[in-house]
Amino acid sequence: MKAAPFAYAKPRALAEALDLAARPDAKILAGGQSLIPSLNMRLSSPALLVDINALGELKGISLERGVVRIGALATHAEIEKSQIIQEHLPLFAAAVRHIAHPAIRNRGTIGGSLALADPAAEYPACVLAMEGVIFARSSAGQRQIRASDFFKGLFETDLKPGELLAAVEITAQLKDERSAFLELARRQGDYATVGLAAFATNGTKRLAYFGAADRPVLAQNAAKAKDLDSAKAALAKDLQPPADLYHSSATKLHLAQVLLERAWNTL
Amino acid sequence: MGRAELPLHAPGTQVDRGYIGQSVPRPNAQRLLQGRGAYTDDLRFPRLAHVAFFRSPHAHAKIRKLDFKAALKSPGVIGVFDGRAVAEYCTPWVAVLAHLKGIKSPPQHAIAIERACWQGEACAAVVAESRSQAEDAVGLIEAEWEELPAVIDMDESLAGKIVIHPELGDNICFKREHDTGGVDEAFAKADLVVEETYGFGRHTGVCNEGRAILADYNAGEHSLTVYHATQAPHMMQDIFSRHLGIPEASVRVITKDVGGSYGIKVHVYPDEMATAALSVMLRRPVKFVADRLESFLSDIHAREHKAKVRLACTKEGEILAFELDDLTPIGPYSVYPRTSGIEGNQVVNLTGGPYKHQKYRAKLNVVFTNKNVTCQYRAVGHPIAVTLTEAIVDLAAAKLGMDPAEFRRKNLIPDDAYPYTFPSGIKFEKLSHHQTLDKLLALMDYKKLREEQAALRKRKVYRGIGLAAMIEVTNPSPAFYGVGGARISAQDGATLRLEPTGMLTVMCSVTEQGQGTEGIFAQIAASAVGVSMDKVRVITGDTGVTPYGGGTWASRGAGIGGEAVLLAGRALRSNMLDVAAAILKMDKAELDVKNNAVVHALTQEAKLPLAELGRVGYFRPDTLPADFQAELTVTRHYTPRQYGFTFTNGMQASLVEIDPDTGMVKLLKHWCVEDCGTVINPMLVDEQIRGGVVQGIGAALYEECLYDANGQLLNGNMADYLVPMALEMPDIVCAHIETPTRQSQLGAKGVGEAGTAGAPGAVMNAINDALSPLKARVTSMPFTPERILRALGKVA
Amino acid sequence: MEHAVEATLTVNGTEVRRRIEPRQHLVDFLREELGLTGSHLGCEHGVCGACTVRVNGEIVRGCLMLAVQADGCKVDTIEGLSDSGELAKLQLAFHKRNALQCGFCTPAMLLAARDLQLRNPRASREEIREHLSGNYCRCTGYQSIVDAIEEVLHGQG
Repeated sequence: MKAAPFAYAKPRALAEALDLAARPDAKILAGGQSLIPSLNMRLSSPALLVDINALGELKGISLERGVVRIGALATHAEIEKSQIIQEHLPLFAAAVRHIAHPAIRNRGTIGGSLALADPAAEYPACVLAMEGVIFARSSAGQRQIRASDFFKGLFETDLKPGELLAAVEITAQLKDERSAFLELARRQGDYATVGLAAFATNGTKRLAYFGAADRPVLAQNAAKAKDLDSAKAALAKDLQPPADLYHSSATKLHLAQVLLERAWNTL
Repeated sequence: MGRAELPLHAPGTQVDRGYIGQSVPRPNAQRLLQGRGAYTDDLRFPRLAHVAFFRSPHAHAKIRKLDFKAALKSPGVIGVFDGRAVAEYCTPWVAVLAHLKGIKSPPQHAIAIERACWQGEACAAVVAESRSQAEDAVGLIEAEWEELPAVIDMDESLAGKIVIHPELGDNICFKREHDTGGVDEAFAKADLVVEETYGFGRHTGVCNEGRAILADYNAGEHSLTVYHATQAPHMMQDIFSRHLGIPEASVRVITKDVGGSYGIKVHVYPDEMATAALSVMLRRPVKFVADRLESFLSDIHAREHKAKVRLACTKEGEILAFELDDLTPIGPYSVYPRTSGIEGNQVVNLTGGPYKHQKYRAKLNVVFTNKNVTCQYRAVGHPIAVTLTEAIVDLAAAKLGMDPAEFRRKNLIPDDAYPYTFPSGIKFEKLSHHQTLDKLLALMDYKKLREEQAALRKRKVYRGIGLAAMIEVTNPSPAFYGVGGARISAQDGATLRLEPTGMLTVMCSVTEQGQGTEGIFAQIAASAVGVSMDKVRVITGDTGVTPYGGGTWASRGAGIGGEAVLLAGRALRSNMLDVAAAILKMDKAELDVKNNAVVHALTQEAKLPLAELGRVGYFRPDTLPADFQAELTVTRHYTPRQYGFTFTNGMQASLVEIDPDTGMVKLLKHWCVEDCGTVINPMLVDEQIRGGVVQGIGAALYEECLYDANGQLLNGNMADYLVPMALEMPDIVCAHIETPTRQSQLGAKGVGEAGTAGAPGAVMNAINDALSPLKARVTSMPFTPERILRALGKVA
Repeated sequence: MEHAVEATLTVNGTEVRRRIEPRQHLVDFLREELGLTGSHLGCEHGVCGACTVRVNGEIVRGCLMLAVQADGCKVDTIEGLSDSGELAKLQLAFHKRNALQCGFCTPAMLLAARDLQLRNPRASREEIREHLSGNYCRCTGYQSIVDAIEEVLHGQG
């Protein structure tokens, strides 16, 4: 399976990248771990690939005034190794170990993952659980998008044509806050059958499920429930998971309830 | 009598086995470790062209029109061809065999003409300077289709309201009935009758290396050389010759390194035949490598069955009779030349195999569908037969409250009952079921596992232990294919040549796909001749070089190819001693060959280095008696003659733990005790078993080719079709009993498929054993979390 | 070569400069352009791992990286790592324990094993299996590969 032909550009400056990315038949190449398979399988044939890996301002993981800022080009491997993530975003530290395999983690980026918005991916749910803010750059300037406004549908985000996901900021987890990350998959590294990124702060819970809808979804009713049994019952109102190749909708809901039960005491 | 003449299994004598029985690392693995192998796709040729295929998007459709105008203009394109164009260079085939009574299938062309019968069937070919350019042009082919109703469901196919090939009358490719008589009486008088229907998901080989072929036609001499990742180069030589109209000896098939095969690469594929035809047509080398997506659509699938089984037994647990009704859907064509009827035929032959009941009735229907074609894949019908046998046996044991191991002990054919004819007609030379059972139970510490299981159940931890007893077909005689009219050789040959420097070259017609064929041949040759292994080089996979033979299939490499090597080795040593006797002016009977030298047979004193023997024999024959000619190259052949199939036996066990909330199965450990006769290299045998077991685990837990009602393959990629990966696999403990076959000097039976034959049954029984306190049972594999949760009633 | 882009990369210690079609992935470039056929293609969608090569010291899926993206990079393949001796101990252990059969997944397995050896030399058996979890092998069933790596890491016989 060889990709169809395309032109390639590797801009050295953000302004140039934004210009090129705004072209109608262009696609952004970050880690390539999702884009290149789709090119090889001819599921997608853009005329131009804009390689953004030379843009230094999109790299790096930093902590400033209690907010962790992760550049779009931070690889899963960098996130896995980051002291800042380990200490201040344990939810992300737990999630990254489920992403694919070491060779893919060396190239895949958080920006790519968030922009693709695969419903079974880990980061979108983590960002949603912790109310992260996505920073989008365009030639018009910068725009901040809250996680709850960002994921709009199946592989669909709020990014407009000409916008590039530049970074995501998440408030560092505090000592009295709790997080839990659970994922069920058939094999290590597979896309989740169903997963839960949960965050509890100040008595409220944010239960972000992935693999349970066309996008990461907060189980609002379950989060408000007073005890586990009513939470599990409420989950049936929150989630109508689509069946996948191997699991019926009922099974997915059941598994979501199992995850809730397993996360409950941590939260 | 010297050691040279005795069979290795001769009782009561000290036969020097040399390297036989030692775990020698494979010499030919060294280059693979450095990435210096030569797989077919690695080869470079001048003017090499590449072919990509335009494949039907429909399961069943008439090809109304194919427009190549845009494709022809695409950069790098050499030509675009439809089925009619290729048919002028390649004749069609019909995959039937005379001994499968009544089997029928329509003719199949290299590229479909007029009608596509499965999604993925090749309907046109583009040849270009590169694969990328060929694929670009394939995307520019315009086609008009008239969709036809597709037959997908096996029951609907059998009912035949829609017949795929109207000229055949119905959708039945092959059917068979077998009845010993007395079955109804046995069921009537039984204290217990158990009945269950088992489902087996269609799955496929997923070889890491895609199918690969590079055909190089030489117009100057009307000859064809094909570099082909195939298990059976001589079979392919015959087929290319007959279907492309090139004299047999002008066709040479060369098999370089093969990246896994497991039966997938022993069949005739239309796209590969088309590639060879295109080389002839275009008078230049043409290469085709199946990429992963087209592999899922066009590599043979296998093992989709629905089988209803009944077992009758006494209340003491003595099995009286088995009854089987097996339905299996294949593709729209029987696959050439081995036919797609063999798998079902094996299921009929092998069901109930390890047990001593006398009554058996079976019914088989093999039906056409518009899904991908199916054919023999590692262990062929065994995984089905073993699973359904062992599952119903466990069910009966459970109903009687008997321990499954003891139930089996009561019914396994006694170790002293041989030779033995089984109710399906198959004949066993000598098996060792009871020794095997005893060894397995000891190896796994069965008693302790049961105690642990009971204790853990009290804590709501659900572990299961599953056993699977099995018999396996190996070393087939012409009974498998030859008798049916197939030009598939059941004999093999080995040529051994002593080189002037005292090295040994072995050329054998059995092939290597990584199982260690070349390694064991080196061990056998070195032992038989009397040289050290570092002096031996082995050549396989070249019809221009090796003797004529069958290649690799049905676990025959060691038993048949190995025997030919042994016989040739002993004969060569005899000839070498003739030369040595002439040189040394001694009596041949006083001499032997050991450690690269001719030695005094009694004192072991070295008399003549083999390098010196070689020098004289080849360069100074003038110093030898005038009427003496050195013959330092010897060829011998071997065919198993006494038994149609040399059966082996084994038993496997699986230990699992089930999470009843998620339906997920954790494989804690696996055991296999196997009797494959003389073990030439214990490490290689164990590794064949391990690899086979994991392949069987794939079938039990993960692998299924999922089709929708329209015949569209839904999961034809590596992300959606699940194969076993490292983290989920257990450690596998292997042990052996050795009951050599007396049909050969070597005494080796086969083992390559044993792991795959028994693993699904063992895992199924373990899962059901784990579920039994929860009153749940599963019968359709793969045993996905979905199926387990449904059985548990956790999900409606 | 309509869109060809010039790239310079160091492959197994040798600098290579070529005009490369952007759509050609790194392993196709290595195999077709440089004749380094030791890196294999099993799926071309990043799942089987047979294409694993090392770029700037990190293992990557060579089928998921465009050759042009390797501009300015240091690429190590099985051939180079064999000749330098870096994989010698692993290769010996693999050979001794028959941790390969057809050999198609083997270069990638060796690269993944070496990566583990460098990053987590005290890896447990379970961690070894996890590190290999993205490399498909159909022949061995994985146990002998795990055994060979365990022997190299912990010196067990």
